[in-house]
Amino acid sequence: MGMDFSTLRTLISRYCVGEENWVDSRTIYIGHKEPPVGTEAFIQQRFPDNRIVSSKYTFWNFIPKNMFEQFRRVANFYFLIIFLVQLIIDTPTSPITSGLPLFFVITVTAIKQGYEDWLRHKADNSVNHCPVHVVQHGKVVRKQSRKLRVGDVVLVKEDETFPCDLILLSTSRDDGTCYVTTASLDGESSHKTYYAVQDTKAYNTEKEVDSIHATIECEQPQPDLYKFVGRINIYMDNEPVARPLGSENLLLRGATLKNTEHIYAVAIYTGMETKMALNYQTKCQKRSAVEKSMNAYLVVYLCILISKAFINTVLKYVWQADPNRDEPWYNQRTETERQRHIVIRAFTDFLAFMVLFNYIIPVSMYVTVEMQKFLGSYFIMWDDEMFDEELGERAVVNTSDLNEELGQVEYVFTDKTGTLTENNMEFIECCVDGHVYVPHAICNGQVMPGAAGMDMIDTSPGPGAREHEELFFRALCLCHTVQVKEEETVDGIKHGIHQGKSTSFYISSSPDEVALVEGMKRLGFTYLRLKDSHMEILNREDEIERFELLEVLTFDSVRRRMSVIVRSSTGEYYLFCKGADSSIFPRVVSGKVDQVKARVEHNAVEGLRTLCVAYRPLSPEQYQEVCHLLSGAKLALQDRDKRLTEAYDLIEKDLILLGATAVEDRLQEKAADTIESLHKAGMKVWVLTGDKMETAAATCYASKLFRRNTQILELTTKRTEEQSLHDVLFDLSRTVLRQHGGMTRDTFSGLSGDCTDYGLIIDGATLSAVMRPAQEDSNSGNYKEIFLEICRNCSAVLCCRMAPLQKAQIVKLIKASKEHPITLAVGDGANDVSMILEAHVGIGIMGKEGRQAVRNSDYAIPKFKHLKKMLLVHGHYYYIRISELVQYFFYKNVCFIFPQFLYQFFCGFSQQPLYDTAYLTLYNISFTSLPILLYSLIEQHINMDILKKDPSLYRDIAKNSLLRWPIFIYWTVLGVYDAIVMFFGAYFLFDNTTFTSNGQLMTTNTQMMFGNWTFGTLVFTVLVFTVTFKLALDTHYWTWINHFVIWGSLIFFVLFSLLWGGIIWPFLNYQRMYYVFMQMLSSGPAWLSIILLITASLLPDVVKKVIWRALWPTTTERIQNADKLYKGQLSEFTPLASLHAPSKAGSHRRGSANQRNAPNPRRSEPFSKKIMFTRWQRTPDYCTFTPLLRFADGARHSKQGHAYSGAGPETSV
Amino acid sequence: MLKKEQESANRPDNTAFTQQRLPAWQPMLSAGIVIPGFVLIGLAFIGIGVALFVTSRSIQVLELDYTGVEQNSPCYKCSDSDAKNCACTLDFSINRLFEGPVFFYYGLSNYFQNYRSYGASKDDDQLSGDLEHFTSPSDTCDPYRYDSSDKPIVPCGLVANSMFNDTFKLYQIVTGGKKQVPFDGKGIAWWTDYNVKYRNPSVVPLKNAFNGTVKPIFWSKPAYELDPTDPANNGFINQDFLVWMRRAALPDFRKLYRRITEGDYAKGLPVGNYSLEIAYNYPVLSFDGRKKVVLSNVSWMGGKNEFLGIAYLVIGSMCIVMSIVMLIVYAKFKFPDEE
Repeated sequence: MGMDFSTLRTLISRYCVGEENWVDSRTIYIGHKEPPVGTEAFIQQRFPDNRIVSSKYTFWNFIPKNMFEQFRRVANFYFLIIFLVQLIIDTPTSPITSGLPLFFVITVTAIKQGYEDWLRHKADNSVNHCPVHVVQHGKVVRKQSRKLRVGDVVLVKEDETFPCDLILLSTSRDDGTCYVTTASLDGESSHKTYYAVQDTKAYNTEKEVDSIHATIECEQPQPDLYKFVGRINIYMDNEPVARPLGSENLLLRGATLKNTEHIYAVAIYTGMETKMALNYQTKCQKRSAVEKSMNAYLVVYLCILISKAFINTVLKYVWQADPNRDEPWYNQRTETERQRHIVIRAFTDFLAFMVLFNYIIPVSMYVTVEMQKFLGSYFIMWDDEMFDEELGERAVVNTSDLNEELGQVEYVFTDKTGTLTENNMEFIECCVDGHVYVPHAICNGQVMPGAAGMDMIDTSPGPGAREHEELFFRALCLCHTVQVKEEETVDGIKHGIHQGKSTSFYISSSPDEVALVEGMKRLGFTYLRLKDSHMEILNREDEIERFELLEVLTFDSVRRRMSVIVRSSTGEYYLFCKGADSSIFPRVVSGKVDQVKARVEHNAVEGLRTLCVAYRPLSPEQYQEVCHLLSGAKLALQDRDKRLTEAYDLIEKDLILLGATAVEDRLQEKAADTIESLHKAGMKVWVLTGDKMETAAATCYASKLFRRNTQILELTTKRTEEQSLHDVLFDLSRTVLRQHGGMTRDTFSGLSGDCTDYGLIIDGATLSAVMRPAQEDSNSGNYKEIFLEICRNCSAVLCCRMAPLQKAQIVKLIKASKEHPITLAVGDGANDVSMILEAHVGIGIMGKEGRQAVRNSDYAIPKFKHLKKMLLVHGHYYYIRISELVQYFFYKNVCFIFPQFLYQFFCGFSQQPLYDTAYLTLYNISFTSLPILLYSLIEQHINMDILKKDPSLYRDIAKNSLLRWPIFIYWTVLGVYDAIVMFFGAYFLFDNTTFTSNGQLMTTNTQMMFGNWTFGTLVFTVLVFTVTFKLALDTHYWTWINHFVIWGSLIFFVLFSLLWGGIIWPFLNYQRMYYVFMQMLSSGPAWLSIILLITASLLPDVVKKVIWRALWPTTTERIQNADKLYKGQLSEFTPLASLHAPSKAGSHRRGSANQRNAPNPRRSEPFSKKIMFTRWQRTPDYCTFTPLLRFADGARHSKQGHAYSGAGPETSV
Repeated sequence: MLKKEQESANRPDNTAFTQQRLPAWQPMLSAGIVIPGFVLIGLAFIGIGVALFVTSRSIQVLELDYTGVEQNSPCYKCSDSDAKNCACTLDFSINRLFEGPVFFYYGLSNYFQNYRSYGASKDDDQLSGDLEHFTSPSDTCDPYRYDSSDKPIVPCGLVANSMFNDTFKLYQIVTGGKKQVPFDGKGIAWWTDYNVKYRNPSVVPLKNAFNGTVKPIFWSKPAYELDPTDPANNGFINQDFLVWMRRAALPDFRKLYRRITEGDYAKGLPVGNYSLEIAYNYPVLSFDGRKKVVLSNVSWMGGKNEFLGIAYLVIGSMCIVMSIVMLIVYAKFKFPDEE
């Protein structure tokens, strides 16, 4: 059966999909030369040309395709349906009313997308037409890039960009290497070395290159930038030689050739099949919580709409049961109408009511929300405070859809290296067999073992140790992938390490390695260069030692170690291995393991990154075996990685431990302050790192994630070895819950100083045990739940030893927990990408580890500290803004449509619209759209500085608090109330009273009667003014733009009404609104009633606001009051948080490394905090203890004011 | 050097707008502003309310229902739908000088001029004098577009067809007979309707324009003969027609019929007995409607309108009450903190 299927599939794919899709490898004839006869025949495949198509549309398919795309959106489709209904049946409003806005929206979107696509076309064209040099018949020919074909041999010169994915055949350098930066691909600006195929590297001119006769077999294109397997068959003397090809031979499109004069390479993947093009794929779109609420509201309003239409239809037929009402003599139907079946009539009526009320869900809401998000995101990009001088980078917004989500974050998942820390490595010390070497203590190449007082140090290493010491230094000089870069001009000044004649410095993709090699230099061993696969080292005696580099067992995050195999000039083979302690110790057979281990742990606690170094002497036989293993694995086309890993595993064993190194990674500027602010804002901060537990924990302490009084709960392999996972979990949950039950349920408990907060440490291995799906016993299924329960009660969690995928797993776990919290992931490296993509909001740090995180993130910031402003200020603002936008939009449409609904009761349910067509059409697109858009762009309910100073304000908007159902219902009820006031106000003025114009405007003193359009215009005028004033009342930040737009839109309404009424354009005289507005304004009672109705509509909301503010003020409102009252004094006041935080972050670990042994500033802090709290517990009202309020009150209470100033000096240590 | 330049190029503009630091007025709805505000608004509203109420009180209104449902009503005989050209007389007396100018209205109730199908049933082009639309009225006029013999109806449509056609004559009963109260029928419609929106075709005589058309089925006279006394008051710019064509907003409405501004009655209707002669043509009982005539005078704020005054008084006092409530709330919950 299975066989049948696969054959069938092959057949189908062969005939339907095209050949290249079913062949899992491709064969390329270099220079299009057929292989010699006799070799196995390959299936000739067709490859695409080298045209890059990033555009979505062509000139011909733009309109249909774009229309299709746009109408796939539910909202647009809904409006299309309404429009079609209006076209087909006899509806109360003309199709223009919904057609025009829809047309407008569709056109604007289409123009925008068309323009973007045009830009893409232009970019594509310039890329596709750019010239490339191709070797043809021994000559270099210029070709347009798009005409490049698979198999062409290409000549690339220095600083040129590769036109497609190429296999490197030969370079201008003797050793067959070339340097490449992939900055535009993954942002890694370091120079990477690529290698030419060994057997072709000698072919250095176009003539020679043209004579190469070979074929390449490789896998079909796949998007992974770092993976490639292939094989080259070279036909020399008709004897094919097969050589492996790996990613080190593959030059990717988009990368740039550096430091190499020229190269020859053969195209293997072209056009849309290059790895760069395959990486174009857009990631799935994230949607914010606000958008979800909005959609929920939409459903509610859709239900309201349908029920309104339904109620009216039913009532119509109930009411018409009396034939005189149905068809009084003055309102007879036409014959065709009479003959229509009642069901059809009822259905048409239902549709007509739907059309009449459809404005309750306006098109413009979507447009406004989109514009708000798009334009609003500019404020993030423009923010000067988020500009980093050092990097010259500003914040980048990749997705503007999530602006408001920044104000909703509950969990922050942060990477450690490069995110919390600077990823600026500094070599601190190394330890050989327990002897500590500190570079500072070296004078003239004389090693002075480290400072006294460290119990580990044996000040006089014996002669046996001497040998190990040298071996250790050599190991570090040899076991790395660092390149020596000569003479690079940076900032106009020649930087570098002055090294005899030439100026050079080290580059590597891993900053740790550079730190180590530089550290070694300071200890006397200088790595000079790699030449002809010989590594040259300048030793302490200024002698050059040469080692032949035989194999590099590259680093990967699973093994967490790397090795080199070298042959010394004396012919001895060595394997040097360096890696994380956990990956080295199990493989060590001898050496002073205990001493080194102790030192490693000591360093890790200090927050240093440690690596262990070991070696293994190899006999020539062993080396042969190793060679065999490796080449076997490397030549494999399938499962090459797996086989390589197995080979590495076999080779890296029986090691002899040499020692360990310690490298420091400084905390980023203000990292601690930022974390503290996030904590105060009610966010839970989790650190997810691949580092070892001790190092990570130290960083957590330094960054104030853990405090001195934090009780640390450990969930690590060490503990689970002693107890079963089950018991540990239950133990922990018991501890946490006991504490939790003991204290009173207080939302702000996280801040109170007395109760211990918990910090959890978990490692990757234990995590995967926890996450393992239930298999044998049913109990294990609960692990996840228990784990989550523990996590929920911990203020900080540290996950160490995490694999990248595990990071995403954690985020997913929290996302899926029952409260569905909003998560944010922040990281800087490729290993954070998975978690950045998984979290609700992904933030990339423009760090040293390349651009991958930035490219995949929703927002990118230069430094971790910018997260504070991003969340506390921008996030807060955008949340406030968009929630008001959404609520207000629904409100104003209830106000708009509900009177029309009420009117049906007074016009015999005949679908008579209350408002004129122009008003129906323009209400949402022009009369009331700009003020709310502007509000949603520049509203600031609280000063920006206060938001930053007082993170606890963030809690006010947590959990989507402004879009909860009660608030939504309040707005809707308010809308209904306003609608009732407006409608019945007008009704009572018209009904049985002589609400008429006294006509003084035009002729004699006449009492002219008003008709139905005047009625509607009166309601509409009150409506426009009311909803605009309502927004004005909600505006807390009146810039001149607000004044301009709010008053401007009211003036526009009046002007439009006059114009539409024929004042300015007399040719509008035939239409029904002719002079209606003017006549209405000529009537005194109209003015009076407009004023009255506006006041009556706004009254309850104002009263509610004032009373709520007095009775149940939110923190925000308290601050607003305080801000108002104490504006003058505010500037002099520096609140607690900002007083000590920057001073700590600034001084700690800045300047000299010795500082880390001075824990004093840390210690004083909880103490001073306690003072604050005891003083302030008297007024239970101020349970949040926001600094500003403390101040605000302090000014009033002289006694407490002293208390504050008493605490002040202590905090500012 | 290059890097420096790049840096400054990438640096965001440091303007007040981009940094969201535009100078702004930051008002707060605090008690300190709202309570005095409410008191002020309340007082102002009460003032306006009192003024409106007093003015409205001074307006005289006299309503006379003449549908003839009750048997003792003089128009009872006319309420029978078979009665043709029925006339009835309604007597009433005025005990106090009815100050002028007095306006004479007819009122209809339970009459839905705001039916959508009803309101749409007219031809605006025809009504603005387009002769093409005389011969082929717009299809919106159905079912009153063509008569049974396929002749176009002008003016077509439901609204025109159902034009109110009762006529009134008012007499004061003086010693020795009846003295007719002169009616002024000019300027009772919107000036713009009369002068701009509705136009007769420029055919002289007007009658010729109507050749080949028929009058609306319900009408007794063709459009060009609506007012035999005044040739400028015929066709589509007949004042009564214009008043009728402006649809009422609600099912109970009144429309201006005449003004009493001339002769002895320019100052108002003096005390005395009056007699109203009604030509009863318009059927309303079939749909349970009522007909009435209303005499009223006006003030600076229009007709009698007690609702507006009362509403002002209510909202004004609510403002005062609310300000007191807010004051109490503040005194109780806010001030202890601030002492």
